[in-house]
Amino acid sequence: MIDKPVNNRAWFFVLPVLGVVLFSSIIPVMTVVNYSVQDTMGANSFFWNGDQWFRDLLNPATTIGARFNDALFRTLGFSLACLLIEVPLGIALALCAPRKGWAVGISLVIIALPMLIPWNVVGTIWQIFTREDIGLFGAALVGIGLHYNVTQEPISAWMTIVVIDVWHWTPLVILLSYAGLRAIPDAYYQAARIDGASRWAVFFNIELPKLQKVLVIAVLLRFMQTFMIYTEPFVVTGGGPGSATTFLSIDLDKIALGQVDLGNAAAMSLVYYLITLTVCWIFFTIMTQLERRGDV
Amino acid sequence: MRNGALPKILFVFYLVVLMLPIYWLIKMSLQSNTDIMSGLTLFPRNPTFEKYLEIFNDPTWVHAFGVSLSYVAINTVISVAVALPAAYAFNRYYFIGDKHLFFWLLTNLMAPAAVFAMPFFQLYYAIGLFDSIWAVVLAHCLFNVPLAVWILEGFVGGVPREIDETAAIDGYTFPSFFIRIFLPLIANGIGVTAFFCFMFSWVEQLLATTLTSTHALPFAAVMTRAYSVSGMDWSLLAAAGVLTMIPGAFVIWFVRNHIAKGFALGRV
Repeated sequence: MIDKPVNNRAWFFVLPVLGVVLFSSIIPVMTVVNYSVQDTMGANSFFWNGDQWFRDLLNPATTIGARFNDALFRTLGFSLACLLIEVPLGIALALCAPRKGWAVGISLVIIALPMLIPWNVVGTIWQIFTREDIGLFGAALVGIGLHYNVTQEPISAWMTIVVIDVWHWTPLVILLSYAGLRAIPDAYYQAARIDGASRWAVFFNIELPKLQKVLVIAVLLRFMQTFMIYTEPFVVTGGGPGSATTFLSIDLDKIALGQVDLGNAAAMSLVYYLITLTVCWIFFTIMTQLERRGDV
Repeated sequence: MRNGALPKILFVFYLVVLMLPIYWLIKMSLQSNTDIMSGLTLFPRNPTFEKYLEIFNDPTWVHAFGVSLSYVAINTVISVAVALPAAYAFNRYYFIGDKHLFFWLLTNLMAPAAVFAMPFFQLYYAIGLFDSIWAVVLAHCLFNVPLAVWILEGFVGGVPREIDETAAIDGYTFPSFFIRIFLPLIANGIGVTAFFCFMFSWVEQLLATTLTSTHALPFAAVMTRAYSVSGMDWSLLAAAGVLTMIPGAFVIWFVRNHIAKGFALGRV
């Protein structure tokens, strides 16, 4: 990779992508930036409000600032929990998955099913599934003596959203890792076999480094999606009980639609966006540095 | 690579656990609303296909299913097609602005769709694409094209550069090398990318419903009928949910051999 040639004609390969994405992204982004510095009195009257929304938002002493702060840490905790479960689990299951024969097709189809269900239906399934009177999951947990109730217990509610996310999105990690594993040339395994490498050595010296790029995408995607999670908590818990599952996007929605506070909501979504951007940028930079160092 | 039965058992156990909520969905779709609400049963007591028939016999549902399928299919083809050369360029060459551009693509996945809904509506209304499948196709490119570029770039990186060089020495022109030799080598990546593009476009509801009204109403929008004033029609929503899984299941079935294909260097 070090001897990658400089070739500015490569731009021609990238132009179609740039055109398609730019067409859809530039105007909406400008509109939101525009809102974030204005105040609205309803209808179509807007006032210049400068950086006031941002000052309030980032100051935990104000009501909105405290609220933002809480939601932010709740969301970060949730993202972290999901990533820590889904990524190792996804890699492990990808390693266990069948590689040839009739079982491949069936396994892949079953794995893909949760992702194919529209998100509001996912919420609805779990809304029923976790009820202790008519749902298997809720009834089973109560049956083994747990104090489980999604609408009353903050811990139950929080854990339920994590379980839903793990159920819904571990398949994404599995599919990416599985395809990544299959793309490793056989020669690497043959070399390892000749060297008499153990299963663990093969995993850490061949499979994991070769999966690195695919895993970077998986982690970034999962981080962005969990950080922006909306539909599942909205449908299953409505952000409650109390504010146990009021993640940033739910709070944003309450402010933008509930209170029609467009300026504040736009400022909030910009800050939110910048946080996502920063986390992803840091992660991406670290991973590319690692890759450059480890590449042979 | 794997020894013993333990991985197999664990994997099958995972599949069973994964299927439980889906089984619950199927079960709900075969029950009447009163049956769903009346108590915990492992099997539907009076199974009925009433809700499925209701969907099949209503032209609005059928039309919407076709609409969703067409914009998702077009979007998948466009996303993968434009992303392939770009992924190759990002992985194989340095060019001015490459790293920034690559990361910028990802930033388009970071904004919640809700932020884009209103501006998109105004944009597509202004250019006369509102309520056509093309509005949804273009809107979904916003997240699917960057996603496809990122995933494919990872797979392009897995192909040793020597293959490009050998092909050039063997006298292949670039297009014929790219299509005949390179694409088959990253078949795993293309398969998985196509599936993800299909899936993300298929389950996206907010933009799809905002950008359409009657003519190009997507399946997801018709689904909101289940939430009516007279209360929630659980069983109808469940039946629609079961039906929405089918096209994607076919897609992954068709690309299964690509995803699971081993990487053999002997092809060049």
